[in-house]
Formats: sequence, structure tokens, C-alpha cells
Amino acid sequence: MSVYFLCLVLFSVGLYCILRKRNLIKIIIGIVIMEYAVHLFFILVGYRMNGRVPIHSPDQTVLDMVDPLPQALVLTAIVIGLAVTAMIAAIAMRVYEKYGTFDITKIRKLKG
Amino acid sequence: MLELQLLLIFMIIGAIIAVKEKDLLSSVIAVGTVGLGLSLVFLILKAPDLAIVQLVVEILVIIILIRATIRRDLPFSTSGRWFFNTLVTFVFIGVFLVFIYLYIKDLPQFGQPIMKIAQRFIAEGLRETGATNLVSSVILDYRAYDTLGEATILFTAVMGVLAVMRKVGRKK
Repeated sequence: MSVYFLCLVLFSVGLYCILRKRNLIKIIIGIVIMEYAVHLFFILVGYRMNGRVPIHSPDQTVLDMVDPLPQALVLTAIVIGLAVTAMIAAIAMRVYEKYGTFDITKIRKLKG
Repeated sequence: MLELQLLLIFMIIGAIIAVKEKDLLSSVIAVGTVGLGLSLVFLILKAPDLAIVQLVVEILVIIILIRATIRRDLPFSTSGRWFFNTLVTFVFIGVFLVFIYLYIKDLPQFGQPIMKIAQRFIAEGLRETGATNLVSSVILDYRAYDTLGEATILFTAVMGVLAVMRKVGRKK
């Protein structure tokens, strides 16, 4: 259970970063950290003690593999996370070009 | 599982440094330590495919964030309603932790997953799909529509980035 707790602490650090920081790059960093924590949590739930890698090989027993389903889902989620991060970073760079700052309290004027 | 906990503590320290650091470039590099630590954790947790993908994706994330950060490194002020903001933040995190506690105490013990669906994949996967790697048999056969959706999201995001960063036709 302590591993779940450490994973939760990592998620909370990312949540604090998103809620408290005012710099856009810091907010992106918080989102990335939360993503990592969620991926880690899925893999932890699917882990089997003393299990082996979910790949068939001829001279091994089958019954004690780790769960392959969360690994497949997280594999999809990692790539989607990369796409989302690239998208947010591109929007942040455009905001910087327009307003000259990353501070979210100063980005409040609607400039055409 | 001591090495797992040590790596997790290393990742948490890296994340805290990334949050607290004033310099944006140092902060991005601290995030890099978190991602590479996560890659090692995947190796320990018997997920080699994920470790490879995480390594590549982490390097790409660092490149993207450095491109967004470099030569824009402004000192940012932390003035304003410091006490109120911190209080609200911790109240939100407290509410989140209460809800996650209600969920997490129903989980199975660490190291003993339920694996109702995965039992069938493990027993029948090799015969039904012909793939020795069960992860690829799941993403490319049992859940191929997921992968199709992933490719759609990827191309949509690339189009979005190209549209946002486009220089032609922009008003001066």
C-alpha cells in the first residue's frame, strides 16, 4: 500500500503546481507530472508479485504473468499525452508572442 | 520492492524541485529526471514496452518544453494574495485526497491483481492473435479501435500545432 501512497504524493505535487503557480510553463509541467503519476498508478494496479513479463516464451509457465491490459492502455495514453503536451506548448508559445509574458494574471486583455 | 520505493521517492524529489525552482530551464530538466525515473520504474514493474516508449516520449517532451522556454526566461513575481491562494490550493488538494482515499481502500492489495479479463487474454491470446507479445496482441487486435482513435488524436494534435504556429496569413 505504501507504493500507492507514494504515487498519490507525486500526483498531489502536480496538482499543487497547477493550482498554485501562475507561470504557463509551470502549469504545463504540473500537467506532465500528473500524467506520469496516473500512468504509474495503472501499472501498479496491474502488477503481480513475482510475475514475469507478458511475453510468451516456450520454456516457462503461463500462470504468473503481470496484467497485460493496463500496459496496453497506458501505452496508448503515453502517446496521447505527448500530443497534448505539444499542443499546449504551441498555444503557450503563441500566447507569449501575443502578450510578451507567461504570467496568467497578466493575460486578461482580449487583443484581436 | 525497496528499489521501487527509492525510485519513487527520487521522482517525488525531482517533481518538488521542478515545482519550486525559479529558473524555467532548470525546472524543465528536473521534469526530465521524473520521466526517466518513471522509465526505470516501468522496467522494474515488468513492462519493457512501456519503458522504451516512455524513454522516447520523455526526450521529446523535454525538447518541446525547452523550445517553448528558451530565451523567454523571465523572472516571475509571487506577490498578490499569497495566503488566500495557498489556503485555497490546500483545501482543494484535501478534498481530492478524501475522495481518492474512499476509492483506494477498495483496491486489491499491491501485487495481487484481479485480472478477470486478462486471464482470457493470457490463456487464448497466442492462439487467437498469433502474437507472442501479449501487449501488442491487446493494442493491435482486441482493442484495435483504441489504437485507431489514438492515431486520430495524434494527427488532430499535429494539425492543431501546425495551425497555431502558422506564420502565413497572420495579421501584423
